[in-house]
Amino acid sequence: MKQFGAFVKKEFAHVFRDRRTLLILFGMPIMQILIFGFALSNEIKNTQLVVIDKAKDQASHKLINRIDASSYFEVSNIMLEEKDIEEVFEKGKLKLVLIIPAEFNLMLAHDKKASVQLIADASDPNTANLLKNYLAAILQDYQAELNGIGNGIGTESINIVPQTRMLYNPQLRSAHNFVPGVMALVLMLVCVMMTAITIVREKETGTMEVLLISPFKPWLVIIAKAVPYLVLSLVNVTTIVLLSVFVLQLPVNGSLFLLFAESTLFIITCLGIGIFISIKTNSQLIAMLISLIGMLLPTILFSGFMFPLENMPAVLQWIANIIPARWYYVIVKSVMIKGLGFSAIYLETLALVVIAAFFYALSIKNFKVRLA
Amino acid sequence: MEAVVVKGISKHYGKDRFVAVDNVSFTVNKGEIFGIIGPDGAGKTSLFRVLTTLLLPDGGEAMVDGLDVVKDFKQIRQTIGYMPGKFSLYQDLTVEENLNFFATVFKTTIKENYHLIKDIYVQLEPFKDRRAGKLSGGMKQKLALSCALIHKPTVLFLDEPTTGVDPVSRKEFWQMLKKLKNEGITILVSTPYMDEATLCDRIALMQKSEILAIETPQAIIDSFPKELYKAKSVSTPALLNDIKAWSDDIYAYPFGENVHFTFQKESINVEELRTYLYEKEHHNLEMEPDIPSIEDCFIHLLRA
Repeated sequence: MKQFGAFVKKEFAHVFRDRRTLLILFGMPIMQILIFGFALSNEIKNTQLVVIDKAKDQASHKLINRIDASSYFEVSNIMLEEKDIEEVFEKGKLKLVLIIPAEFNLMLAHDKKASVQLIADASDPNTANLLKNYLAAILQDYQAELNGIGNGIGTESINIVPQTRMLYNPQLRSAHNFVPGVMALVLMLVCVMMTAITIVREKETGTMEVLLISPFKPWLVIIAKAVPYLVLSLVNVTTIVLLSVFVLQLPVNGSLFLLFAESTLFIITCLGIGIFISIKTNSQLIAMLISLIGMLLPTILFSGFMFPLENMPAVLQWIANIIPARWYYVIVKSVMIKGLGFSAIYLETLALVVIAAFFYALSIKNFKVRLA
Repeated sequence: MEAVVVKGISKHYGKDRFVAVDNVSFTVNKGEIFGIIGPDGAGKTSLFRVLTTLLLPDGGEAMVDGLDVVKDFKQIRQTIGYMPGKFSLYQDLTVEENLNFFATVFKTTIKENYHLIKDIYVQLEPFKDRRAGKLSGGMKQKLALSCALIHKPTVLFLDEPTTGVDPVSRKEFWQMLKKLKNEGITILVSTPYMDEATLCDRIALMQKSEILAIETPQAIIDSFPKELYKAKSVSTPALLNDIKAWSDDIYAYPFGENVHFTFQKESINVEELRTYLYEKEHHNLEMEPDIPSIEDCFIHLLRA
């Protein structure tokens, strides 16, 4: 045990004396959270909106005034024909068009139901989605107001249905929940790459030769090397959670304990992969490349963080299932954002346990007590 | 008593079965300094790695302290000390931290075996807070030796410990080895430096994966079969060429700033050669018989 302690202490010394590693280790999560956070929290204000008002009646005027009054939109004076919409969009001058059908007032009064059409430039899906939601909210307000008046007269409530058309990107997805994604990404990087590199470094510098010829059990060497990165990764989880709560105002809705327990499981899984890579490679460069291409890229592609898994071909969805970050991403989203308990994520947890067990078993099987 | 017994050890690498060690046998007695002398690529490091249980041999068997290097590798690792050829300590840890770390890993303390490393450690002490990576070559070597010694090994394997070390440090290093020998530690040391061979009790000359001779340094020198001459003039390359051109029976090679040569036949007259060389305008010529060194022996063994 004393040996183990000395080893862990030595490992911490390696980390803390390497300024560059230290900067990557602790700077990266902060940078990523801030970049993602502020890139996404850009509020949309005074967007130019063109209304094609085919009704030109009392109801449509009221609606337009309401939209104009909000801080999100500025109703443009441009007169536009329906057939020209696409051309204007292509020039990139306009993001959103609202089409109010003819006899809007009449429809509301008689059918208690009217449709308006909303056309958005969805080449930037996030902006389009936001604009749509803002406008939908205004319509909702207007509807509530009409219902308020109507309550005295009729019994049926009025319903305005916005029919949204997302141009250029019909399967609109928002890349909102980036905090879980960043957590998965950062932990993956720190655990897999750093662990792989630090063990391979001992091989490269020749210190592994000396360590192998010692009473210290070789597999303990590897566990001892993993422990500091477990601790450092938990520090990173804490940093990310603190940043998201206090800087991004994204509270942890579920159990904090569960979040940390699941994070620890994910970290252990990643450490297993890092250890496996380090066993299989002999140079820091190769270990780094495998970690980056073999782990980081699939994490970005298949975790569901950047690209929706549901739309991928079945083969790729299968591949995604063996990426630990894919499960961890769901877990963090469930616990942190949806506030769900363990019963909601036990399958994902099980998947992580299986992946971890697989890599540790593989590592033990492939571990060499000799050089070649 | 034998500390190390090697019987027909072979080691090859890769698909094309590159032979690194070919059917090598020798024994090392307890408390002996045994040198393996040979140029780079002779197979010294591979042999050491087999003996230190780091590599599996492809043929033959070897025992260290009566333990088999394949079957009993775990016990062997408890007792031996090994210093690899490349400086293999943690560059970002200080001298003291390195020593403490290895002491702990080997389940001991610096205090316990301080007497073993005292002579070296006294020299290292002023730099004990300096990072190992910032030490000079000689200091690094001393630190590595200290770390390999800290658990009082029964057999110490030193793979080219003096490569890249200045002459003064090399001398000190060998004095250290003598002291360790007196402590009863068996030492296996490999080196490409011929001058270090005479400091060993016995040496094995190794070349192209094979051992050419195993003897005490003196016995190897005594067994030199021919008369050796050394010659010197203003221009060594010209002298070498002229000596070679004089007769097919002569074997000449540069040796420092001299030319060493031997004859195949006894009949060759040295005075005739001297006259011939004067004619070739080697005016400051000095030519006389010389006592062969280990290097001369090695060169001749290679030719045979």
